[in-house]
Amino acid sequence: MRLTDFAYAPIPADAEVFRREVRDFLSREMRDIPPIQRADSWMGYDAEFSRKLGAAGLIGITMPKRFGGREAGAFARYVISEELLAAGAPVSAHWIADRQSAPLLLHFGTPAQQERYIPGIVRGETYFGIGMSEPNAGSDLASIGSRAVRNGDGWVLNGRKIWTTNAHRSHYMIALVRTEAQADDRHGGMSQFIIDLQAPGVTVRPIRDLTGAEHFNEIFFDDVALDPEALVGTEGKGWAQVMAELAFERSGPERFLSSMTLLHTLVEEIGAEPDSLQAFQIGRIGARLMALRAMSLSVTAQLDQGEDPAWAASCVKDIGTALEQEMPEIAQLLSASEPRVDSGSDHQQVLAYLTQLAPCFSLRGGTREILRGILARGLGLR
Amino acid sequence: MMKDMFEETAERVLGDLITPELIIASENGAWPEGLWHAVEENGLGLAAAPESSGGVGGSWHDAFVLIRAAGRHSAPVPLAETILVNWLLGLAGLDAAPGSATLAATGGDLADGRFSGTLGDIPWGGQAGHVLAVAGGNLVLLSSADGSRTGAFNAAREPRDTLTFDSASPVALAPLPASWPPETLLLGGAMIRSAQIAGGLGRLLDTAIDYANQRIQFGRAIGKFQAIQHQLALLAEQTALASAAAEMAFAASETAPSPAAIAAAKAVASEAAGQGAAIAHAVLGAIGFTYEHDLHFTTRRLWSWRSEFGSQSYWAQDVGRRLCRQGESGVWPAIMAMTPARAAKG
Ligand SMILES: Cc1cc2nc3c(=O)[nH]c(=O)nc-3n(C[C@H](O)[C@H](O)[C@H](O)COP(=O)(O)OP(=O)(O)OC[C@H]3O[C@@H](n4cnc5c(N)ncnc54)[C@H](O)[C@@H]3O)c2cc1C
Repeated sequence: MRLTDFAYAPIPADAEVFRREVRDFLSREMRDIPPIQRADSWMGYDAEFSRKLGAAGLIGITMPKRFGGREAGAFARYVISEELLAAGAPVSAHWIADRQSAPLLLHFGTPAQQERYIPGIVRGETYFGIGMSEPNAGSDLASIGSRAVRNGDGWVLNGRKIWTTNAHRSHYMIALVRTEAQADDRHGGMSQFIIDLQAPGVTVRPIRDLTGAEHFNEIFFDDVALDPEALVGTEGKGWAQVMAELAFERSGPERFLSSMTLLHTLVEEIGAEPDSLQAFQIGRIGARLMALRAMSLSVTAQLDQGEDPAWAASCVKDIGTALEQEMPEIAQLLSASEPRVDSGSDHQQVLAYLTQLAPCFSLRGGTREILRGILARGLGLR
Repeated sequence: MMKDMFEETAERVLGDLITPELIIASENGAWPEGLWHAVEENGLGLAAAPESSGGVGGSWHDAFVLIRAAGRHSAPVPLAETILVNWLLGLAGLDAAPGSATLAATGGDLADGRFSGTLGDIPWGGQAGHVLAVAGGNLVLLSSADGSRTGAFNAAREPRDTLTFDSASPVALAPLPASWPPETLLLGGAMIRSAQIAGGLGRLLDTAIDYANQRIQFGRAIGKFQAIQHQLALLAEQTALASAAAEMAFAASETAPSPAAIAAAKAVASEAAGQGAAIAHAVLGAIGFTYEHDLHFTTRRLWSWRSEFGSQSYWAQDVGRRLCRQGESGVWPAIMAMTPARAAKG
């Protein structure tokens, strides 16, 4: 497929059937969740909600039946995801495990690892963090310094991770660390491990973000003992595995739907008869959402066919996060409502919250500059 | 697949025959007889007309790639218009128009079965054999020769004529199907322009990448500079957006033009046209500003097509009003409804 093709990929009927299920679930479980909480979207943590969603069979939908999944395709997961996101459901507890940890384990894990972790993920009970970034390794992920050294048939891990979303309320992290001090290849000598966040030697410290909330963390590893079963996939092949994981991380509709609650309150605020400026800007957002959804479905089709959607996903994420970030900017242009914290109308509160949150949309999951580099490579420029 | 076959045929016919010289001649008023002959020989204008009306029987969605290719190659003939007109005639139960055809988004009057009115902004109005218009709730096919013409050109010197008819007898006439919106021809025109814009942007992207890989400054190809790489990534994004949006509009319109999807597609494509043209010109430097280089054949068309059959602003406002009418809980379902879950046919 050409980089710019994004051929039309309709949602197959056997995936579309899940929409009814998830909407029924949401109409029961979202009734009492106010807009300001919906604005949290996939940063909203609610373990009880996740467990109920798991019990309803709506997590790990693509996983094998023997692990509690429903062996559905990527489109089924897409349908469920977009409904949850559009409703602003608090999905953060299980989101990462469902989106990337379970598929990673299914692909690279041993049967024993799969049996141990996947059923809990599917039930909405076991939560994972992503251990990639370190204080000195942000965009330049290959410069990580955390290191696992052989000890008997296991390893001993030292180092630190940072910005790990939900580590303070997750059970495990899948971390990329060095297993060789010096590798000839810049992307060699790295491996992925499952780390029990309650294990001795692991310290998790929440970091307050600018909204005052605690979403991400700093993690310290001091002589953490890792047994042989902690290694995911192949020793030394961590980089390739992480790239596969990132394709899952970047490919979903959460990369353009994070600000949906603001679009909802904004439309409510403006009412049924917008002036021409309001109509233009709301329409511009809506039109781009349609186009992004079409592109995202095309990425889903690639995932479904087992193709690598890396650049297509980067393309959707870069356009999508730019749009999400524009929404608060546009909202404050279109109405006189000032942002308010802990008071004011739903719209004022959602505006205040998403205005503050928006800068992170183009950072988490890879910055816009890194994504454009991936696109440039796909175009044959690098 | 019909779609692949269409794309292949379009690349062969249009790619081989359309040269800068042919476009220049056309911009100076010549009708490219050879090209149009090849178009007819390959049945391209009849791609989406049903077999019962003399067409090839492809779906409207299949025709997307043909119309995108017409944009990609700056086809100096009313190919996109002919495909659209024959598709609409077929849906309305009428025979395909013989030869080339075009359309007028503004309507006229029908009295005692005769058509009168001044139709403006008709693409290739002087060259195309027939014009499709709407009058009194009817779809009316007119012979262009029956109108008196005032010529005009868009920024790419493509003809955008005014034809005045005085009591002309329609070549064919049928009531506008009940499910069709009254502004069907405006929507149809907006839809084909969206696809042509996507094709034009694809051409710009290829041209700009080739240039960036071969132009050396400061001892290396300019494509090695991150600033240029990121500009081209943005051009690729705009191309992808326009193409995905336009294709979605076609897919949503299998049985009749789908107003919301077309509005969204034209709004997205029109914005992409301006942004894409600006990036391509920046990357090509002074050479791209010459008449000699063929970049401008595409950029001047993009600057024209984005305004034709409704600008970005016109269509974005249309989408915005639709969404505001839905209210808070209807916004997401409305956006979803623009992207059909299943192809209506095939
Ligand atoms: C809310 C939030 C949640 C996160 N959650 C997680 C998580 O769960 N797990 C995890 O591992 N990480 C997480 N991250 C970290 C995220 O992946 C990093 O922030 C990101 O990779 C960028 O790294 P950095 O912040 O160190 O910025 P830097 O890499 O220092 O970048 C700073 C600026 O320099 C630019 N830059 C860097 N290199 C280049 C280059 N080669 N060319 C051009 N420009 C360049 C960047 O694009 C950026 O604009 C999270 C971040 C945020 C904000």
